[in-house]
Amino acid sequence: MVLGNYKNCVSARAADPAILSASQDGGIVTQLFAFALEEGIIDGAIVAGQGDEPYKPEPVVATTVAELMEARGTRYTICPNVSMIKEATRSYGLDKVGIVGTPCQIQAVRKAQLYPMGMRAVPDKIALAIGIFCMENFPYQGLETMVEDLCNVKMESAVKMDIGKGKFSVYTERGAVSQIPLKLTHKFEQGGCHVCLDYVANLADVSTGSVGSPDGWSTVFTRTKAGESIWGKAIEAGYFETKPIEDVKPGLDLVTKLATDKITKNQKTLDERASFGVGKGLRNPYI
Amino acid sequence: MGLLSRLKEIFTGNKPEEPEAASEPVTVPEPSAAPKSAAAPEPVTVPEARPEAKPAVKPGDVKVEKKPETQEMEEKPVAEKITIGHVHMSGCTGCLVSLADNYEGLFTLLDNYADLNYCLTLADVRDIPKMDVALVEGSVCINDHHSVEDIKKARENATIVVALGSCAAYGNITRFARGGQWNQPQHEAYVPIGDLINVDLHLPGCPPSKEAIRNVAVMAYLLLRGTDEQKELAAAYLKPLMDLAQRGNEACGCDLIYDVINQGICMGCGTCAAACPVRAITIEGGKPNVDRDLCIKCGACYAQCPRSFFNFDVMNQFEAISEAIDAAMGKGDE
Ligand SMILES: Cc1cc2nc3c(=O)[nH]c(=O)nc-3n(C[C@H](O)[C@H](O)[C@H](O)COP(=O)(O)OP(=O)(O)OC[C@H]3O[C@@H](n4cnc5c(N)ncnc54)[C@H](O)[C@@H]3O)c2cc1C
Ligand code: SF4
Ligand code: SF4
Ligand code: SF4
Repeated sequence: MVLGNYKNCVSARAADPAILSASQDGGIVTQLFAFALEEGIIDGAIVAGQGDEPYKPEPVVATTVAELMEARGTRYTICPNVSMIKEATRSYGLDKVGIVGTPCQIQAVRKAQLYPMGMRAVPDKIALAIGIFCMENFPYQGLETMVEDLCNVKMESAVKMDIGKGKFSVYTERGAVSQIPLKLTHKFEQGGCHVCLDYVANLADVSTGSVGSPDGWSTVFTRTKAGESIWGKAIEAGYFETKPIEDVKPGLDLVTKLATDKITKNQKTLDERASFGVGKGLRNPYI
Repeated sequence: MGLLSRLKEIFTGNKPEEPEAASEPVTVPEPSAAPKSAAAPEPVTVPEARPEAKPAVKPGDVKVEKKPETQEMEEKPVAEKITIGHVHMSGCTGCLVSLADNYEGLFTLLDNYADLNYCLTLADVRDIPKMDVALVEGSVCINDHHSVEDIKKARENATIVVALGSCAAYGNITRFARGGQWNQPQHEAYVPIGDLINVDLHLPGCPPSKEAIRNVAVMAYLLLRGTDEQKELAAAYLKPLMDLAQRGNEACGCDLIYDVINQGICMGCGTCAAACPVRAITIEGGKPNVDRDLCIKCGACYAQCPRSFFNFDVMNQFEAISEAIDAAMGKGDE
């Protein structure tokens, strides 16, 4: 189950250069939501909008392509997208909701559909859940320390952050790149991530991330009937360039490796939690 | 073949679009003749192989003697239903309204799966009868001996007692009179039903969503009348709600703090904030902050949190389960 159930996997990038210009990887999330919005497949999408402080996102319900464009890119800090899910269906009155989220957030969405105790009028209104691969996330203060203290870059002057090839990189508005080994970031990770058993958003309709594909491209899994159908329509309409995942480097092997690493490591944490104290353990949320 | 595709087949296999079913009054589709479900979708890794499919109970239970004059009944053979009662203690009727909110879905439930054999205003029955499932709404006023007798009677007469909604499960607003909902002065002591009787299952929420009630009703039907594999699925689905009932009769936003944040497993998804009916929760610094003056102690936040419980067996099959429930409710069939 390391890669979850999926129907198809390709390497892809958005056809629209405007979307690619500030997207994190292949602009999959923004392009697919924009397509779904234009086609009426969704009425709006919950994305990580710009917050008051730099790189501190806030969930927003985007109902226009312009709002989706505002929310492009990865902010490596917690953005409680699921907190808007009832707001989107009740206050905004959306009948078909898109949502993007880390694997844990997509898990929350699926639980909200199967056990909707406090989620009136949510279960049948999730039209497109896009998951983004995730190794771990950082609390804002942790991210700030990494960027300002370790990378020596002011948060305001960062234009992009990226994790890849063993490094955490910050790109500045003046074109400089500041990097630190990923090893230095581990102590800033969100503790709750260490029990997470999902790397590639197994429960999403479509999930995507950079790993596996060349720079500027994304790896895309279609996982559900809805996901496959929407992705198929978008391809047909010419919204994406694609390559078979078998033809690109480093390909699915690396995705499988990282997913296995994450799950193995975190499963170990879970197992250790069971006997963390003396004759006492910590909670396991999965039983 | 996944358990769920079988389940869907069983539900859809009985659908009226079978041409013979329309003309032949009492055609009982053989379970083996059912694989018209071209669905059989993802052959992909379903966690563990489940026991081989047994024939559905539904066709076997069909009353074949049913007379041809009742046209609709022939088109949709009806299996032995379960009996459900709605027992109204001190609640605001919101939970009942939520049940009724299923609209046509409620009729589908009542046509196909459950007889509502006790329910103030909806069923003309005075005394609490024997029933398979008692959905109890509201807490018990212990100043009122009728209420105390009623809840005991409900326990004696029901196979499964469900605390429907947060008043039944936790006392909720009836204990704390928040939101300006004052108790009558002579009725001042309210306890959740679990303080007086053993409760099998908690379905918290103020009120629980109509979809949650529907899912539990369908699963209760499968648990009591299903094939072995359906029982297995229903048991897996219902187990966390049974565990909630074992966990205790008090809930609060603080449970997030005790059981999730303090245990180091909150990841700031914001689900709790969305679930809270009174918007007592905001996410600050990546963790929920509970305004205790607003909290009505309904427990919805904790129950909805993906780190309170998350059963991979069930959740990994969300697509098939949702389709099966839709099929059971007669909609969403592709
Ligand atoms: C915490 C985190 C860790 C990640 N780890 C990995 C990894 O290990 N390997 C990998 O391949 N990919 C990882 N990603 C995913 C990757 O960074 C990109 O988000 C993904 O490839 C989508 O890029 P895109 O160009 O298709 O999307 P874009 O068009 O750039 O859109 C990205 C979307 O994600 C939303 N978003 C941004 N930040 C957050 C956030 N914090 N929480 C929720 N939604 C957000 C944005 O609002 C936007 O809608 C991670 C992402 C995050 C947020
Ligand atoms: S590692 Fe897991 S828990 Fe942490 S943010 Fe990513 S998906 Fe969520
Ligand atoms: S729902 Fe649970 S995991 Fe998510 S923010 Fe609330 S307490 Fe944390
Ligand atoms: S914080 Fe909100 S959801 Fe949680 S118990 Fe209180 S009122 Fe209910």
